[in-house]
Amino acid sequence: MADPTVAGEVIELEIPARAEFVALARLVVSALAASDSNLADERIDDLKLAVSEACTNAIEAHSAAGSSERVLVRCRAGNDSLEVYVEDRGHGFDPAQLPDHPPVTDPDRLKFERGLGIPLIPALVDEVEFNPTGQGTAVRLVMRLSGNGTGPS
Amino acid sequence: MDLGLDVEERDGFAVLSVRGEVDVYTAPRFRERLIELVSEGKHRIIVDLEGVDFLDSTGLGVLVGGLKRLRSHDGDLLLVCTQSRILKVFEITGLTKVFSIFDSVDAAVAGGSGGGTSP
Repeated sequence: MADPTVAGEVIELEIPARAEFVALARLVVSALAASDSNLADERIDDLKLAVSEACTNAIEAHSAAGSSERVLVRCRAGNDSLEVYVEDRGHGFDPAQLPDHPPVTDPDRLKFERGLGIPLIPALVDEVEFNPTGQGTAVRLVMRLSGNGTGPS
Repeated sequence: MDLGLDVEERDGFAVLSVRGEVDVYTAPRFRERLIELVSEGKHRIIVDLEGVDFLDSTGLGVLVGGLKRLRSHDGDLLLVCTQSRILKVFEITGLTKVFSIFDSVDAAVAGGSGGGTSP
């Protein structure tokens, strides 16, 4: 029997923009990632966390914009990479406009209970892009399958 | 999705054991439980993360908020965590420098009561 492969497949999931559905997005993406034996468990955990952060951000954008539309999660399995797009229809944001967090040794750092997610994503995946779509923001997360890399951090 | 939050007393500490996944959906319950403990006068809290399967930045936010609240009462919030996938989240965000993280509740009780490995 040939090795099962998901290469070339695209999986799309539309989730209601509500907090309880972020776990479903994580589950689908990590199950798909786990079906590819070229991705180590540790890297699947990283992707799962990055997807959680991107979906949380998308849901908060919808909530801020009062949008009742769905958040699109699209996974594209290639031969050498796994890409996940998270597309929201919130008002959009510019990652460059996010406030810089003070150094962690600064007592003021404790004022930042939110906004910890976006800085986390680049440390988890091999590539990340934030693209405005007109309706919101599309986040593209790329995990390379070749080699045994453990991320860019 | 199930989030377990159990509290027990240990040598002057309230030990809050968290089980399950901490994300944007479950974090509010976690936050409320912590706030409840503080308002009950429990100002020395150990949060045991050994039963946590997943924790994202919303969970980190709850812990940072709890630490801030406790420090304003001259208290402290200590963490117990040995799982590398959970520790990694603290490492990436630099929060290992903010929290005292112990290998076990016993070590946290001992460390938090005096000896002190806090940063």
